[in-house]
Amino acid sequence: MVGLLHTIEIAIGATCLGLLIGIGGAYGKLYGGPVVRDLLAVYTTVVRAVPELVLILLLYYAGTDLINQVLAALGYQRIDISGLAAGIAVLGFVQGAYSTEVIRGAILAIPQGQIEAARAYGMSPGLLLRRITLPAMLPFAIPGLANLWLIATKDTALLAVVGFYELTLATRQAAGVTKAYLTFYLAAGAIYLLVTLISNLIIGRIEARARRGMPSLKEAR
Amino acid sequence: MMAPGAAPALKHLAQNGAAEAIHVENLHKKFGELHVLKGVSLSARDGEVIAIIGGSGSGKSTLLRCINCLENPTSGIIRVNGEEIKLKADSHGHTVPADRKQIERIRSKLGMVFQNFNLWSHMTLIENVIEVPVHVLGVKREVAIAEAEKLLTRVGLAEKRDVYPAYLSGGQQQRAAIARALAINPRVMLFDEPTSALDPELVGEVLKVIGDLAREGRTMVLVTHEMKFAREVATHVVYLYNGLVEEEGPPEQIFGAPKSERLKQFIRNIG
Repeated sequence: MVGLLHTIEIAIGATCLGLLIGIGGAYGKLYGGPVVRDLLAVYTTVVRAVPELVLILLLYYAGTDLINQVLAALGYQRIDISGLAAGIAVLGFVQGAYSTEVIRGAILAIPQGQIEAARAYGMSPGLLLRRITLPAMLPFAIPGLANLWLIATKDTALLAVVGFYELTLATRQAAGVTKAYLTFYLAAGAIYLLVTLISNLIIGRIEARARRGMPSLKEAR
Repeated sequence: MMAPGAAPALKHLAQNGAAEAIHVENLHKKFGELHVLKGVSLSARDGEVIAIIGGSGSGKSTLLRCINCLENPTSGIIRVNGEEIKLKADSHGHTVPADRKQIERIRSKLGMVFQNFNLWSHMTLIENVIEVPVHVLGVKREVAIAEAEKLLTRVGLAEKRDVYPAYLSGGQQQRAAIARALAINPRVMLFDEPTSALDPELVGEVLKVIGDLAREGRTMVLVTHEMKFAREVATHVVYLYNGLVEEEGPPEQIFGAPKSERLKQFIRNIG
């Protein structure tokens, strides 16, 4: 149960962090200057090119080492970074690259006239993002973001390799001790399935809310 | 020294002692190599209805969009409410607004109505109408809602207040967009071909709303293809040709006794 809790904590944390990076990244790619756009292109390309397992190993070990070296250089004591924080940071960083592209596509799908109207009425860029761009892009982004959320719940299993105690590692330990491999792995599979099913229900609600101004395709048929 | 082209504009100004709401002087706009506006001047005093007419590509929409800096003019002077829009050159040599806050303040006094309505699709009509008063102008929500209900009633959409734009006809959406523009209590209403995207049978209902506004003395700048309508409601008509003001004057003169050969032909072709 603790394993499941950790899995969900990391998935939620990583998705939230990924969304923040994604919104910033999409904005940077669409409206930023040439330097910002190039940097973001490198980020999304590299992160999406390298296998996530490799990234996790790299960021987890190299990342904590780097932070500790910086701390040491500044004269602070070394710290132990909690597995939870590291897991969220690493997966969030990976998720951010994918969300950047999902959100960029969704923003491009907004009828530009709606953004122009907001500008014509004197909205500041921050207000425009909050009141118009984000809610208007949401219906286009949700299918892609829902994918990312489900992938995040399962990517947490990769953190087992760096010794973080989540659902998969808990299962492996329990199965190893009791030798009841089939039972425990089936149970773990069932739990992942349950997480997905519950997620689908919640995402369905969010999507219905986000699409509130749009006639359903069924009626248009 | 005044350019010869400025003379009719001055005469027109002299007719009217009201304060000048919009003043455009020697406006140029280039899109890359394309020189769309080649030195246009325009003035709208309080209570005037200025109709801008002209063929496709004459620059009339661009002129309107420069007034609230949806397009940044390449050069020229624009004053709204007596306040000159500050412009500067950016690192690429394009002219951009120098003061974002100033642009936002000026824009919030200009009620823009678009060809394609551009209502916010994730908001109901009433939410569309109160959005700018509440979030840009800082009006209390209850006050804004009461005002918005009056405006929706006025454009004949009171019973549609909680409907999303996608479920409405083009004419209804455009009337709602006019209510949204009125909600900011604009100094000037800007109409960018408000009936061009509508089915013919829906044009009338939108023109009626705009005509009522004109008759109650609201200051408006109207880009339109509806010549009959322009003749009825405008106090002053500007005919643009190829990025320049070819002829301007009161509607009786422009439509009744046009001087320019091009304008004569334009009116023949349209009428």
